[in-house]
Amino acid sequence: MNKILLVARREFLSRVQKKTFLLTTIGLPLIIFAFYAAMIYFQVKSTDNYKVAVADYSNIFNGKIGSNNDELSFEFLKADTNLLKTKLEAKEFDAFLVVPATFSLDGKDSLFFRSAKAMGLMTREKIQTRVNKALEEKRLLSLNVSKAQLDSLDNQKELIKFSSASGKEENNTKVGISYAVGMISGFLIYIILFIYGTMVMRGVMEEKVSRIAEVIISSVKPFQLMMGKITGIGAVGLIQFLIWIVLVFGLQFLLPFIFPGLMDQMHGQPIQPAGMQAAQAVKNSGMMGELASGLSQVNFPLITGCFIFYFLGGYFLYSSLFAAVGSAVNEDPQDAQSLLFPIMMPIIFAMVIMTKAVNDPNSSLAIFGSIFPFTSPIVMMARIAHGIPDGVTYFQLISSMVLLVLGFLATTWLAGKVYRVGILMYGKKPTWKEMIKWAFRKS
Amino acid sequence: MNKILELHNLKKYYATQKAVEDMSFSINQGSIFGLLGPNGAGKTTLLRMITGIFFPDSGQIIFDGKEFDPLNDIVKIGYMPEERGLYKKMKIGEQALYLAQLKGLSRSEAMQKIKFWFNRLEMDSWWNKKVEDLSKGMSQKLQFVTTVLHEPKLIILDEPFSGLDPLNANLIKDEIYGLAQRGSTIIFSTHRMEQVEEICDHIILMNLGQKVLDGTVSDVKQQFKENKFSIKLKEIPASVNGNCFDIADQKANALTVKIKEGFRSNDVLQYFLQQNLTIESFNEILPSLNDIFIHLVEGTRAKTRAFQSSEA
Repeated sequence: MNKILLVARREFLSRVQKKTFLLTTIGLPLIIFAFYAAMIYFQVKSTDNYKVAVADYSNIFNGKIGSNNDELSFEFLKADTNLLKTKLEAKEFDAFLVVPATFSLDGKDSLFFRSAKAMGLMTREKIQTRVNKALEEKRLLSLNVSKAQLDSLDNQKELIKFSSASGKEENNTKVGISYAVGMISGFLIYIILFIYGTMVMRGVMEEKVSRIAEVIISSVKPFQLMMGKITGIGAVGLIQFLIWIVLVFGLQFLLPFIFPGLMDQMHGQPIQPAGMQAAQAVKNSGMMGELASGLSQVNFPLITGCFIFYFLGGYFLYSSLFAAVGSAVNEDPQDAQSLLFPIMMPIIFAMVIMTKAVNDPNSSLAIFGSIFPFTSPIVMMARIAHGIPDGVTYFQLISSMVLLVLGFLATTWLAGKVYRVGILMYGKKPTWKEMIKWAFRKS
Repeated sequence: MNKILELHNLKKYYATQKAVEDMSFSINQGSIFGLLGPNGAGKTTLLRMITGIFFPDSGQIIFDGKEFDPLNDIVKIGYMPEERGLYKKMKIGEQALYLAQLKGLSRSEAMQKIKFWFNRLEMDSWWNKKVEDLSKGMSQKLQFVTTVLHEPKLIILDEPFSGLDPLNANLIKDEIYGLAQRGSTIIFSTHRMEQVEEICDHIILMNLGQKVLDGTVSDVKQQFKENKFSIKLKEIPASVNGNCFDIADQKANALTVKIKEGFRSNDVLQYFLQQNLTIESFNEILPSLNDIFIHLVEGTRAKTRAFQSSEA
């Protein structure tokens, strides 16, 4: 045990003390954040007021198309096309829209639009939406729909009240949050398995290539060396993740302070961090209360606890397999690729099941995926986000956890045996058949 | 004499070959023991069994008077394998500290011993260097230090001088003598026969997993001598022919003679004395270990190590 800790300590320190660790752990989120900040900044700043002159000969819009704002405004004026063209060239406005005198609302006629410069897709989209909305309103009104009726459509409430067997009310927000939480945590575990699994594999390969394996093995048992390595790298992963989480949350909250007034300006900006966009949408539609109630229905302590359990369980289950592959191959990283394939398959498969399970946490595929230890770390996160017992029953959760622990013990035991042989083997790459023989040979 | 290590009928078979077959020998405490053999003879497998890396298929290892217990006895052994290396990115001092701690030394104990050895082998200034900055010879030296640092009772060195210049090789050689004098036992595995002749007290020659030869260096030489003598005369007469010997070789005024069965060296001397020739020197020619090695191994289908598939 003491020796496992010694090995783990070296593995941990040798990685954490490297400059690249600081760079990726602290630098990476900062770079991403700076990138986002710059993007938002330029978005906010660069959208100047786009002025469109409207010559409404048939007076169909009654001098108003939607409500003008900083980004896009429509100004009505009486002028013929030639005058408009001259004014456009004189840059009095950015574009003009002509409604012909013969324009009728039956949808057969079209409007004439001309801009001074080529315009962006987004501006075009905005203009189209505004004009279409105004036209639609006019057409409905012309079909004898009263203004009050029209307004009542906009204020439509949710007609169906969804609730689950447990009697809890489930509005769309709650389902949406569960979906997002499940997706994000499942995806994180997927990333963790890959990043830290391959880190373990490369560590083992390095020991083999640098020929230090036999020196170490003469002091510690191969199993201790493998476990020490896995534990040390697992600790690196945990620390790295905690730092990332703290940084990401910290910076998100910092954003409004760095750009005061940003939140107000950001209305309608299509590219924003997802959280902000959601928050904006909620704010605008007056659903703040609903979001709060949705968030309060998601059991975050349970999810966090499960996340850590499945993070560690999945990592230990797979990293020993990665270690076994690392011990079997030699200098050539190409060899590792082909041996890795069977290990990566279930991880990718789990990812596929997970995307289905967030939508339908109780499908038989999702239930299987969340209990089978090779896929459960990823799939269970998607189900657990929907809560207990709506997303997953206690029985399923507990059997999944027990099976994961058993699976981890089994893979570690078998991988340890492959590792023991592989680490001292130089020469040609062993086949899968040979590795399986090593694993099941009695010692 | 105390036996530090006794092997009884040790066996280790791989799927395709017998790596070590029925190996028995014992090593005296404080001796320098040479383990010789061609490539693929099973030396590394044997050493790995002695260091607890492999378990023998059958047979018994007695270490320091008791049944060998790899888990606890491993700290009493220092093994420098043939395939050896270091963590390239680690600082030298930290590396030595780590390896010493793995051998069960406490941090402060280890520090003290590392300082002692670094000082002794003039490596003081290396502490903060990285292994990738070291030459091959320098890392050899570091490996030697990490092998003997914890003062093991049994030190196993597999080709310890490969890559060392004569100066450093002598330095290490002196340390080996010193360690043996202080009671450590050294197993020395190599193909370099001149080193074995110089350093070892006792040797074993392995071939195809079996023991071919076992004894002290002088015993072995006696065993394989061909009764050849070299005689240097002031001048050589036109014909030399005694009935007690044949002339094997003649160079200038030196003769190599092979004594016929039933005669002694004195008979040869007597012959030359009777001829009234001035004898400048008279020496017995003993075979070199190199000759014995080649003589024993040649033609025995000794093959280089193949990939040891499937089992270990």
